[in-house]
Amino acid sequence: MHEMSLAEGILQIVEDAAARQGFKRVTEVRLEIGALAGVEIEALGFCLDVVLKDSVAEGARIELEKTPGTGYCLGCGETVPVNALYEACPNCGGYQVQATGGTEMRVKDLLVE
Amino acid sequence: MCTVCGCGQGETRIEGHDDENAHGHDHPHTHEPGHAHSHADGATHSHPHATHFHQHQGDLHYGLGPAHAHAPGLSQERMVRIEQDILGKNNAYADGNRKHFAEHGIFAVNLVSSPGSGKTTLLVKSIDLLKDKAKVAVVEGDQQTSNDADRIRATGAPAIQVNTGKGCHLDAHMVGHALERLALPDDSLLMIENVGNLVCPAAFDLGEAHKVVILSVTEGEDKPLKYPDMFNAADLMLLNKIDLLPYLNFDVAQCIEYARRINPKLEVMQVSATSGAGMEEWLAWLTAGLDVAIAARQQNVNLLKKRIAELEARLAVNG
Ligand SMILES: Nc1nc2c(ncn2[C@@H]2O[C@H](COP(=O)(O)OP(=O)(O)O)[C@@H](O)[C@H]2O)c(=O)[nH]1
Ligand SMILES: [Mg+2]
Ligand SMILES: [Zn+2]
Ligand SMILES: [Zn+2]
Ligand SMILES: [Zn+2]
Ligand SMILES: [Zn+2]
Ligand SMILES: [Zn+2]
Repeated sequence: MHEMSLAEGILQIVEDAAARQGFKRVTEVRLEIGALAGVEIEALGFCLDVVLKDSVAEGARIELEKTPGTGYCLGCGETVPVNALYEACPNCGGYQVQATGGTEMRVKDLLVE
Repeated sequence: MCTVCGCGQGETRIEGHDDENAHGHDHPHTHEPGHAHSHADGATHSHPHATHFHQHQGDLHYGLGPAHAHAPGLSQERMVRIEQDILGKNNAYADGNRKHFAEHGIFAVNLVSSPGSGKTTLLVKSIDLLKDKAKVAVVEGDQQTSNDADRIRATGAPAIQVNTGKGCHLDAHMVGHALERLALPDDSLLMIENVGNLVCPAAFDLGEAHKVVILSVTEGEDKPLKYPDMFNAADLMLLNKIDLLPYLNFDVAQCIEYARRINPKLEVMQVSATSGAGMEEWLAWLTAGLDVAIAARQQNVNLLKKRIAELEARLAVNG
């Protein structure tokens, strides 16, 4: 996954919101990143540093919520925990698990002033 | 600010895009306020790593109202709910491109691979074989140079180079601008050569009908396992450079088995862009897709004509 594009996507969302709502400064950005979204958290932090500089969100605290990976196994017919995409089902060992949770990458909310 | 058109495209350069002052936006996307952003020197100078993450592993804060630690603290702070996908904007542009393709009977494919798998060679060969039968145009994505677009134009087909600078993939917005430059006629085949990279192009929908992943037999059989997102996102895998198989230890069956483990529905074709082996099957796939796109546009046109005729008939009765 490409963390620089994600960081730019986050900035765009923040700037769109600033243009709509007229706030001057963002003190906190709350993100939801799924465990299966393939995001390198360290790299995203570094990219946000670069991208948010000189923006309304320069220096903002980044709150990260990591949602766990879950999937539906066609073999077992039930929801199972998933550590990584394309891995075998922890119950039956089959490769028929479809991710149902943990792939999200969202900006949830902002604290602004 | 973006130096090309001020629309927040970072370092992207689209051929011909900088030589006009006021460019029209008749391609399907819209530019909202706040679209531009400044990151002029952001990536070139260094500064201390300042971003602090506050991770809440597995800690879900669904529901309404201010969540515990995120409640506004200082008196003038307030919370703004956003709830937007980080790639949502790209997806909106992709939807715009897709609508444009549907309206114009354009069959668009997005070719993805590692650098050097043979995308440009395959395109040149395909265009040579197709150009008397179909209208073909190309969007070329590379970080630098217009070499690949020049190779395409040498065939006589129109091509636009998009240079992504540091960016390692095409996004739907860049493709929208390239479409504006290309001004494709109705019922065309559009081939998009993405930046050589098996990672993030998987996440960026360009509005294409299909992603086609190209893997050459000089790469490892296990690439589908190493880069599963891409093989999962693709509908067709072209196994290229099969003319070299006699000189290599590449296990074709094993490679296909790995790819189908990731994506059971993946179609696979074996080709050589240099010898031309296997090209008929690939070209038949392309023309079949183009025929479907053309038929769908025609059907829309016919539906519209029918509706107009009905309205006119009703007006005639009433009038
Ligand atoms: N032997 C052989 N070489 C090929 C084939 N397709 C491409 N190549 C060579 O692979 C190299 C990279 O090809 P290119 O089309 O530039 O790859 P791209 O980076 O994916 O666009 C060039 O030297 C091509 O001549 C093929 O089918 N067989
Ligand atoms: Mg190329
Ligand atoms: Zn199972
Ligand atoms: Zn621009
Ligand atoms: Zn634009
Ligand atoms: Zn434009
Ligand atoms: Zn990228």
